[in-house]
This record gives sequence, structure tokens and C-alpha cells, in this order.
Amino acid sequence: MKARSSILLGSLSAALVAFALTSARVVAADKIDPVADAKAFQNFFFQKFPTVKHEDFVNGPYSMNEDMKRQWQEKEEFPPYEFALDAGKEMFATPFKNGKTYADCFPNGGIGIRQNYPYFDEKEGKVVTLELALNRCREANGEAPYSYVKDEMASLTAYMAFTSRGKPMDIKIPDDPRALAAFENGKRYFYTRRGQMNFSCASCHVQSPGERIRAEILAPALGILNAMPIYRSEWSGMGTTSRRFVTCNSQTRAVPLDPQADEYRDVEYFLSYVANGLPISGPGARP
Amino acid sequence: MKLSLPLAMLLALSLAPAARAANEADYKSAYSAAEAASKEAASLRHQWTVTVSALAAAKKAGDGGDFNRAVAAAKEAEALAKASIFQAISEKEAWKAMEIR
Ligand code: HEC
Repeated sequence: MKARSSILLGSLSAALVAFALTSARVVAADKIDPVADAKAFQNFFFQKFPTVKHEDFVNGPYSMNEDMKRQWQEKEEFPPYEFALDAGKEMFATPFKNGKTYADCFPNGGIGIRQNYPYFDEKEGKVVTLELALNRCREANGEAPYSYVKDEMASLTAYMAFTSRGKPMDIKIPDDPRALAAFENGKRYFYTRRGQMNFSCASCHVQSPGERIRAEILAPALGILNAMPIYRSEWSGMGTTSRRFVTCNSQTRAVPLDPQADEYRDVEYFLSYVANGLPISGPGARP
Repeated sequence: MKLSLPLAMLLALSLAPAARAANEADYKSAYSAAEAASKEAASLRHQWTVTVSALAAAKKAGDGGDFNRAVAAAKEAEALAKASIFQAISEKEAWKAMEIR
């Protein structure tokens, strides 16, 4: 019992010291400054991977590995997301029962606007992602919402991304304390360790991009949403952003949140904002 | 911080009581302690999948009358839930250490 309590004391005091150290470091930097954050985020990746062209970061694991990139470029001649793209295009053009279409819900008829999502809705006081906006469009027109993790949603977002390819990500943070808070909350979610493995998103996508985890090569966090949605052979189908977040949480043995939970909306806002300027490349295909 | 989480888990596990055949009352009290801790972890949005599985295993063994196994699984679930609560609380500040600046 004696040995046990001294271990307990030891670990407690180690925890306290660590806590004191981290909290001392942060008091000074509590101002929310998305511009500075985005700059630091991009610089980190540009310096860590000096040979990767900036616009290539949006190609996920392919930006990290030349061999993989070559295989992918061959694949792009007959892209596996083609069927989803066709389906999405058709769905997009097909009127709802009330005669309206998706085009009626979006600026510019929904064409070439992927780079503006997610956006901060000042009326609602929350972040609205493209997937959320699509389901709200459906519901506003008397249609049942789609599952956030299944094919229909992936097809729709694939088509919308495709019409926006090459456009630089352009996320705005309005001068509204709630928007800044959403950005900060997304940032916190991104860096917070969770799950039994005690990993944050950053453990994999900031500290280890280019490294292998099982058979996969980890994508860099910079531009990580620009290629969404993605086709994955492992899924033998398409995956939405929601599906990817849920999968990444489960991998660390954390119970995932519900798709489009506030934290997921906010982390999407954060990751998209720090990728401002990098081109939309979706839909993507992964091995 | 990194070290203290596994340590906390080890400690929690090592505090399990010495072997003696468990009865239904032992199971019920172990289960409700585990359930309470797991609910707290979930409310902090830091639930672990392994906690949920251990809790389910405890319930299954308890329903089947295997109280030794049920108590062991409940204790494990409680330890896991407590570790996840520890994680949630320490990460309130600790996440900043990982931030790109
Ligand atoms: C255990 C490591 C791990 C953690 C932690 C993790 N991911 Fe992932 N993530 C992966 C793997 C593996 C893939 C698939 C290979 C790849 O593309 O990186 C992936 C892929 C992705 C992709 C698709 C990238 C692409 O181009 O294909 C996104 C987006 C993503 N993760 C976001 C997140 C977010 C947000 C978090 C935190 C909630 C997170 N990940 C946490 C391992 C992780």
C-alpha cells in the first residue's frame, strides 16, 4: 500500500507540474486571432514539407508520397467517384415534389460555391456546413433529410465540389464574437486529445502526416477538407466529411459525436479557414 | 500530462479488491458506480468506446448470473470512464500545448 500511494503521489504531482507549466504558457495568448492562426498553420506545413507545392497539400496522402501520387494520377483517368458525380448531378437537377430544386436554396444556383462552406450564419449564431445546408434545403422543401454518412449526401457534395474545382477556399469570419468563438472552439476540438489512445486530430494530421498508420498514409491537416467528399476503396464507396470525422474519432477509441454536432461544425470551420487560398480539389479518390 | 493518463488508468485498475466470489449486490453496486462515471464522461463529451463495451459486457455477465465476471467488467468500465474524465479535465488547458503557433 505504501508503494502504491507514493506512485499515486508521484503521478499527481507530475500532473500538477504539467498543468502549472501549460497554464502559465497560455495566459498570455488568449486573444482569438484567426488571421495569425492561419498564417502560422500554413507556415508550419510549408516549412515541414518544403518540396510540396502549396496547392498540392489539398490532395491528402498523395501530397506526401511520390509513388502514391503516380498511382493516383493514373487512376484519375477513370476516377472511381465518377458514378457519384453523375448521380449527384442528376439529383441536383431533379425537382423536389414541390417543383423547386437545390439550386433555389443556394447562391449562384449552387454552382461553384463549395469554397464558401462552411460559413457562419449570423442569424442562427452558428456554423453552417454544406452538408447541413443541403439537408436544410431538403427539409425546407418538404423532403426528408439524407443520412450525413451515406451515398446520397456524398453524391450531392461531390457534384458541388466538382463545379468548384480550382477555386481557392474562401471562408469568412464575420466580425461577430460568436463567429470567433466558433473558430476557437473548432481549434480546441482539433487539438484536444480524446479516446483511449489519447490522440487529438493533430497527433495524426499535424505531428505525423506522411507516416503510415496500418496501410494508410496520413494526410496533412492543411487543406484536409478541400478534397471532400472522397471515394475510398476501403469503404468501397464515397464518404462525406461527416463520415470521415466519425471514422477518425472511432480510430482513437473515442465515441464519435452525432454528425453535424456543434464541435464537428466548428472543427470544419477551423480547418477550412486555415486552408483559405488553397484550391478545392474534391471529390477525391483514396486507395 | 502524457504519462499521467496511463498511470491513472493503471492505478484505478490496481485498486480493484482482492478475490472473493462476487454476489449480485456486489455487481449492482459496481455497475452503478461504473454507469455513473460513464455518464459523466459522456456529458463531458469524452466517452471512450472501450468504456461502453466494458459496461455492456458487465451487464451481459450480470444478466447471466456470472457476478465475478460482471464485477470485473464493471470495475474495468469504471476505471476507463474515470481515466476519460481525467482526460477531459486535463485537456481543458493541455490542448494548447499542441497548438501550432
Ligand atoms: C489515429 C490517427 C488519426 C486521428 C487521431 C485522426 N485521424 Fe483523420 N485520418 C486518419 C487516417 C488513417 C486517415 C485516412 C488516410 C488519410 O487520408 O490521412 C484520415 C483521414 C482524414 C481525412 C480525409 C483526408 C483525405 O484527404 O483523405 C480528414 C478530413 C480527417 N482525417 C480529419 C480528422 C479530424 C478532424 C480528426 C480529429 C477529430 C482526425 N482526422 C483524427 C487518422 C487519424
